[in-house]
Amino acid sequence: MSTNTITTQKVNFKVFRFNADEDYLPYYENYDMDVTSEEVVLDILNRIKWDHDGSFSYRRSCRHGICGACAIKVNGRSTLACKESMTTMIETFGNELVIEPLSKKRAIKDMIIDKADFWEKHDAIQPYLISDVDEHPEHEHLVTPEEAEELNEADLCIQCGACHYACPVVEVNEDFFGPAAFAKAYRFEADVRDDAHDSRLQDLHKESQGLWDCVKCFECAEVCPKDVNPIEKITKLHQMLFKEGVATSNVATRHAVGFKHSIARNGVLDEGGMVLYSEGLAVVKHLPLAARMFVKGKIVPPWGITKSDNLDEIKKLVKSSSTAKF
Amino acid sequence: MEKLKYALFTGCTAKQSTPEQYMSTMAVAEKLNIELVELTEASCCGASHLQDYDDFLSLVLNARNIAYAEKHGLTMVTICNTCQLNTAMTKHRLDENAELKAKVNEKLAEVGLEYKGTSQITHFLYAIIDDIGLDKIKEMVVTPLSQFNIAPFYGCHNIRPSELQNTTHKTPENAYNPRSLDDLIIACGGESVQYEEKNKCCGFHVELQAPKTSAILAGNVVAGAMDQNADWIVTPCPLCHLKLDTQTDHLSEAIGRDVELPVLHMQQMLGLALGCPADSLGMKHHVTKVDFV
Repeated sequence: MSTNTITTQKVNFKVFRFNADEDYLPYYENYDMDVTSEEVVLDILNRIKWDHDGSFSYRRSCRHGICGACAIKVNGRSTLACKESMTTMIETFGNELVIEPLSKKRAIKDMIIDKADFWEKHDAIQPYLISDVDEHPEHEHLVTPEEAEELNEADLCIQCGACHYACPVVEVNEDFFGPAAFAKAYRFEADVRDDAHDSRLQDLHKESQGLWDCVKCFECAEVCPKDVNPIEKITKLHQMLFKEGVATSNVATRHAVGFKHSIARNGVLDEGGMVLYSEGLAVVKHLPLAARMFVKGKIVPPWGITKSDNLDEIKKLVKSSSTAKF
Repeated sequence: MEKLKYALFTGCTAKQSTPEQYMSTMAVAEKLNIELVELTEASCCGASHLQDYDDFLSLVLNARNIAYAEKHGLTMVTICNTCQLNTAMTKHRLDENAELKAKVNEKLAEVGLEYKGTSQITHFLYAIIDDIGLDKIKEMVVTPLSQFNIAPFYGCHNIRPSELQNTTHKTPENAYNPRSLDDLIIACGGESVQYEEKNKCCGFHVELQAPKTSAILAGNVVAGAMDQNADWIVTPCPLCHLKLDTQTDHLSEAIGRDVELPVLHMQQMLGLALGCPADSLGMKHHVTKVDFV
């Protein structure tokens, strides 16, 4: 017998409602529904519109996880409605589900948001191949499978915005480009046919775009419906900046490189030394905090650090295994 | 109860800026009859920052740390979320990719070591839940924390990416509805506080590069816990702890309201419930005063 018996559960949906033309504030509408185990979140949105309130608005098109239009949030989790099984949502959050747009502050009508910030950032990284193509080529431009693999599936992005609006940095810093734009930048940076390489990298290294402001929370990797793993691409862009010699000395690059120096010297990290190395003279701004920590026994001076045992092994490995220069 | 034995990777923080975390780990291990073999040979895990600069070097160094746990034939236990992430990530990548593993082992051979992939790597929080069990903890509690509303703060690198993290422990954790810390609070007799930021980011990793972003994120965490009437916050990560405990003035300024709550390490909370003497838990090392002990 098949184990895929269809089951039905009662679910209470609290649905975000807002019409920017009429409403001063958003409100939540309650819908109680019987949900079958084979439904996806988009089925629920459809049933709300078809069976309960024809004015309920949301974006959808392909229903196959390709167009990226129907991304919303369920209990705060970004998700692509047409791909997300209701069974998973119920297993995760229980039988009370909150349906909201990707960004409440950007809501226009119900689930529909103004995605302009997403597209502006996406456009700004030059999301296309820049190449001096011979108009009458005699051979095709071959890309080997190994070279194509370097994209690490960054080309699978459908621009749904799930990661962008799940990113805590996007939420608090409107200048931050966000995981989707950076993953897209990586997609072209990793493409052997692209000639913009250094100029795009130099743009990315500019402080205003915030490539170095990623908090490393992995929210983007967690929500991506296409497994693009944007944070991995951000990390690879960081590595690329060093590899291509584009990285200049700033607090973020010194912070990354400082770990190597500290490990080579002590095995373990010299926390105080790291702040000093990263900040340079600007370290003075940390002195009040350092004083507070010192009186609580939280600061170990460089000479008091317990170095790793067998430090000679670590020194040897740092020497023989280093692959990056700064 | 059979004595549990693990290889302990303390990470750098427990030996420098959060000495109370090391102390409370040892105190709790003794109460729980756990033997911890400290990996004194271990280096820093790179903290996700060395990984931005030199990926291969970070793999070699982490593989070396794991190789020492393997030499003891023990599961490696971490007490820092970021150590957990980087160590487990290294193991995952080497176990998946024979070519990469061979490259790393070529380097380790220079110092007479080999990464085999035989040791599991798990955070102390999950080792306790998996190997001792919450029921047993409940039985062992001598001072129930019943008068406290305790806000769990999970820290990113213990719960995301969930696909990796869920391979490191038996009790499944859902990144969007995590339970481990909540359940531990309840086992200790406390009330676990539900607030929106419990599985969010504290901003620690951009403290130097983007101090404003970092302070807003951390400020929101403390504010969220305060708004749900938490008496204090508990976390399994010393980096989250540093961010939330040591600079409430910055956090308050960043979000435009006064926020401050005592922040305890998961080990300190457990220690209090298990009846460890207060001075063995190192509360005097906190910047935000722990006024209830």
